[in-house]
Amino acid sequence: MRRTFWALLLPGLALLSASARADLKIDITRGVTDPVPVAVVPFARAVPADGGLDIAAVVQRDLESSGRFRGIDRTAMPSRPTRSGEVDATAWRAQRADYVVVGRVAADAGGSVQLQFELVNVLTGQVLLNETVNSPQAAVRNGAHRVADKVFEKITGIRGAFATRIAYISVDGSPPNQRYQLLVADADGENWRPAMQSTQPIMSPAWSADGEWLAYVSFENRVAAVFVQRVRTGERRQVSARVGVNGAPAFSPDGRKLALTLSGSTGNLDIYVLDLGTQNLVRVTDDPSIDTEPAWSADGQTLYFTSDRGGAPQIYAAAPQAGARARRITFGASYVARPRVSPDGKMLAVVTQDGSGFHVGVVDLASGQITSLSRGTLDESPSFAPNGAVLIYAGRDRGQGVLATVSTDGTISTRLKSDQGEVREPVWGPFGQ
Amino acid sequence: MDGVPALGLKERQLKTRILIALMAAVALMGAGCKSKPPFVEKPAASAETTLPSTNSGAQSSGVATVNAGSGTSSTGALGPDGPLGSQRVIYFDFDSSDIRNEYVDVIAAHGKFLAANATVRVRLEGHTDERGSREYNIGLGERRAQTVRRALALQGVQESQITTVSYGEERPAAAGSDENAYSKNRRVEIVYIN
Repeated sequence: MRRTFWALLLPGLALLSASARADLKIDITRGVTDPVPVAVVPFARAVPADGGLDIAAVVQRDLESSGRFRGIDRTAMPSRPTRSGEVDATAWRAQRADYVVVGRVAADAGGSVQLQFELVNVLTGQVLLNETVNSPQAAVRNGAHRVADKVFEKITGIRGAFATRIAYISVDGSPPNQRYQLLVADADGENWRPAMQSTQPIMSPAWSADGEWLAYVSFENRVAAVFVQRVRTGERRQVSARVGVNGAPAFSPDGRKLALTLSGSTGNLDIYVLDLGTQNLVRVTDDPSIDTEPAWSADGQTLYFTSDRGGAPQIYAAAPQAGARARRITFGASYVARPRVSPDGKMLAVVTQDGSGFHVGVVDLASGQITSLSRGTLDESPSFAPNGAVLIYAGRDRGQGVLATVSTDGTISTRLKSDQGEVREPVWGPFGQ
Repeated sequence: MDGVPALGLKERQLKTRILIALMAAVALMGAGCKSKPPFVEKPAASAETTLPSTNSGAQSSGVATVNAGSGTSSTGALGPDGPLGSQRVIYFDFDSSDIRNEYVDVIAAHGKFLAANATVRVRLEGHTDERGSREYNIGLGERRAQTVRRALALQGVQESQITTVSYGEERPAAAGSDENAYSKNRRVEIVYIN
């Protein structure tokens, strides 16, 4: 356990500080041409167990933020039903709603709330969902996101990812007096809290597959070091502070290993795999070029990574073993870097360069086809939503780092508005348990 | 996650501490303070001290440097008035780690000084502009630092006198997304440490 540093910190403070400001707001920059009209009627309240949260407003905002839905304004609602039996389909059809969500909040003595909700198709009169989401009182907003997830999946056939989290880096102040923060927020940008802050750079955050841990690179000791930190408690551990570059950490799917980039004293960046239990270190690549940015396939059998062994950066793949032979994955673009593997394993999200700048895009692994999805000139750091339908990424707008999303079919774009200074390197966490 | 040592704190202790923390947080909120994140970096133990520098351009990363030439004298070789004080940043062309002709003599001067003062050490900090992926740029910054390291070694500087660190695009010297800023950001800073 030499070179291991533990810091046990208290979770309560940060949690309380979080929800005072809403710092990322989602704007649809390009949606589908005919979003599904859905009315989310205010839920019957349970005072004070619901904490004053407007459940229906959270659900409606989630659905709208996907770019696939259009909410019905409350002033246009013909009535305020809370059960499907009270829904007058004709009246809702007159307001051009296709679906109506109704519900009510109940509280039990154990400190939990129940969000009972129904989804009605007012074109057919059919009740499509009649379910209850349980959540602790303190997490009722998460409960509302889970309601939105179920409605979203029922109507679109795509698993909802509203009840998930993102991590990202913020930077404020101007050089040399800058503050770097690693932040964790709900997928809608609410409920954010700092996990780590420093006057020196923090970069390359990465989630473990179970959502319990974040790995990241910190320069707090004026050298690069890789840390892993338990998100819930703040407990953390320095896992690599070797001579030279320590970068680009990526948890293996089973969470036991970390792929990372090391340079040693010679400055030659190669891919390694560190066993977090035994500290055993395996060198995967051994090439005089820059090899970095490893990403695991879902089965843990392949590492995709960036290498400029052919001149410019391209994506290569190798087994996560000593002396593995690397094969080149991308052809036909001058610059392809920073791969992330889609949840179904069929695509890589990458950064590509063309005549108009750097964009995020996807590589179809079966055909090798590279599709550019974003329109900025300095877009980078794409990360898949756990449902595989959306990428979150970082771009620049008027000199400021901003976060944005694009659907993997390119049809829907959103911008996350921030007042947290420069924001960058978003990483989308896994589905909750 | 398997393989990571478990948290060495009993559940009950943890709950007690959370309660205390919550109470503290309520007090803090009452005072209008923003609470701290779970982990805040402690100031790194460091031998570095800051020297007032007449060369603001070369010190734009906020890196602290020390007069390693002759104690606290401002006329030492590395002091702000010394021959090496004003030339501690080597700039690079786009996508290149080759040392430009104009910097050959600068690096040679540092090299001769270091070779003659074997107890003096330097840290070479490699940087890139903002274009391209961040970790790949860490690689490019490291390449630049290594180029300068090898050039110093050719002057007889010992391996033990030099460390390198690459910040990639993470610590720009100049803000902006144009060539003017980029040309200032593609650099290696030579930082003297005790």
